[in-house]
Amino acid sequence: MGGIRKNLERGGLYARLLLFVTFSAFPFYWMVIATFKRDHDLYAPANNPFIFNEPPTLSHLRTLLSETHFLTYLSNTFLVGAAVAAVTLLLAVPAAYSLARWARRWGEILGIGIFLTYLVPPTILFIPLSRFTADWGLQNSLWSLILVYPTFTIPFCTWLLMGFFKAIPRDIEEQAMVDGLSRLGALVRVVLPLSISGLLTVVVFSFTLSMHEFIYALTFISDSAAKTVSIGVPTELVRGDVFQWGPLMAGALIASIPVAVVYTFFLDRFVSGFTMGAVK
Amino acid sequence: MTGPEERGGISDRTGMLAAILIAPAVAYIAAMIGVPLVMAVLYSLSDATTGDPSHHYAGLVNFRAALADPVFRLALKNTFVFALLSQSIVIVLSRLLASALATPFRGKWAVRFLVMLPWTAPIALGAIGWLWMYDSIYSPFDWLYRRAGLLGKPGDLFGAMSNIYWLGRPTLAMASVVIVHVWRLLPLATVIQLAGLSAIPGEILEAAEIDGAHGWRKSVWITIPLTLPIVAIAFLFGIVFTFTDMTVVYVLTRGGPVNATQVLSTWTFFKGIEGGDLAQGAAISLFMFPVLAAIAALLLRMARRAEVT
Repeated sequence: MGGIRKNLERGGLYARLLLFVTFSAFPFYWMVIATFKRDHDLYAPANNPFIFNEPPTLSHLRTLLSETHFLTYLSNTFLVGAAVAAVTLLLAVPAAYSLARWARRWGEILGIGIFLTYLVPPTILFIPLSRFTADWGLQNSLWSLILVYPTFTIPFCTWLLMGFFKAIPRDIEEQAMVDGLSRLGALVRVVLPLSISGLLTVVVFSFTLSMHEFIYALTFISDSAAKTVSIGVPTELVRGDVFQWGPLMAGALIASIPVAVVYTFFLDRFVSGFTMGAVK
Repeated sequence: MTGPEERGGISDRTGMLAAILIAPAVAYIAAMIGVPLVMAVLYSLSDATTGDPSHHYAGLVNFRAALADPVFRLALKNTFVFALLSQSIVIVLSRLLASALATPFRGKWAVRFLVMLPWTAPIALGAIGWLWMYDSIYSPFDWLYRRAGLLGKPGDLFGAMSNIYWLGRPTLAMASVVIVHVWRLLPLATVIQLAGLSAIPGEILEAAEIDGAHGWRKSVWITIPLTLPIVAIAFLFGIVFTFTDMTVVYVLTRGGPVNATQVLSTWTFFKGIEGGDLAQGAAISLFMFPVLAAIAALLLRMARRAEVT
């Protein structure tokens, strides 16, 4: 009786999911095809663009790895991401702990104020910040990015960590302090080990957001040797006006997928930061 | 507080310690967000350029120049059109996708990974993928239309030319940008909506079912009203991200063809950085500020209401 209806519902569900998966993932499928397709096959408008009409090739990957700065972009991205994660932890952990434990009225306001600075976009800040970096001689240096990227990691991560610390009962520190630890000692030895997953979340966000960033990197860095993948791939893999689509797509694909896998694990935490306790 | 707090030493004096711990973050934010914001305002009231970054007060001349510039007016209109249009579409689609993802099925992690890709991968690289899909000669869409007999011969629905030229015609280029914004922000809105759906208490839904509310009735009377605040949050953040985004337009069209897809952020970049007119660029970027301030105020009100309940 209900069997047919159930099957129809199931079918409808899978159809819907298939449509969405196609829409979301097709550009990445398109990258995979271009990465392994021979130029002769790639640049033939009559050929079916969705499949390999000729045997696939690794030549684009070879070009990307040997004839471009792609590996340099990757290592730059990694250095910047790691440094930004470290700076974010150093500043956001104490701030979040302070807000979580001693926030009275002013602390509440300060906490929300810190979160609101997340809404001030790079597109307003990048003109003055480009002057700062020029004045301090940081143009074309990774330091300019390490200095500026915490502007979008610290507000968000402070907010997130505050939630983590609030979830840890105060009695645990009280107990540690009765046992002779100072307040800071209790923070370092008792609270931080309990919030490892929160700290890990902060590291993952700082890293991925640094990797995704485009405007500052585009504005501050013009030297190919100091570029990150987000700007290196779109701006450098073009010869004159000619896009080298094979290597370009290979670069986009290699730089996208690993970070996407890690980020997917942490998405729910990311969202809890946005919903600001609206979902309990 | 008494007891353990009363032992000597700086690390135990509460008020002092609270201030010391938060000081570095506050100082950094003040120096790297607060000061640049003030600088942006000062620049916009000056005649500073990259060649001569010294300040001479110039009054509102930059704002007047911006408003008198037809390209600026187009960029202002486009910024609103892109944000509102793409986010309206995103809200509808993300609800459909979220309710599909809320039901259990096999292979969920893989599906979730794939539909989240546009958000989890760097947007500049995703946009490059789209640039190749919109290619004037090799676009796979054009190939499909040609195969379906809709393009490439006299009398065909999409014209006799062999290609559509997605990014070469003003209206199509605008549609192309909107599609990429929808693609990019659908995952975020979906995850936010999922959080909202999973927060509805099961007994409410059961009670509704017993009272005979199924399908669309259940949506209209139960789920939509209950998830309205969270939908609003998804919408507002989506607006912030599209309204201030530069990457999509910069990678796809550079604001072309003939400024048809120019937005405030790209126009700021082309005027202020590439054109070297810092003052003009700063003035253009500040036109985003009222909208962002309004959104911040709305979010604050919602956060406060969430605390009350």
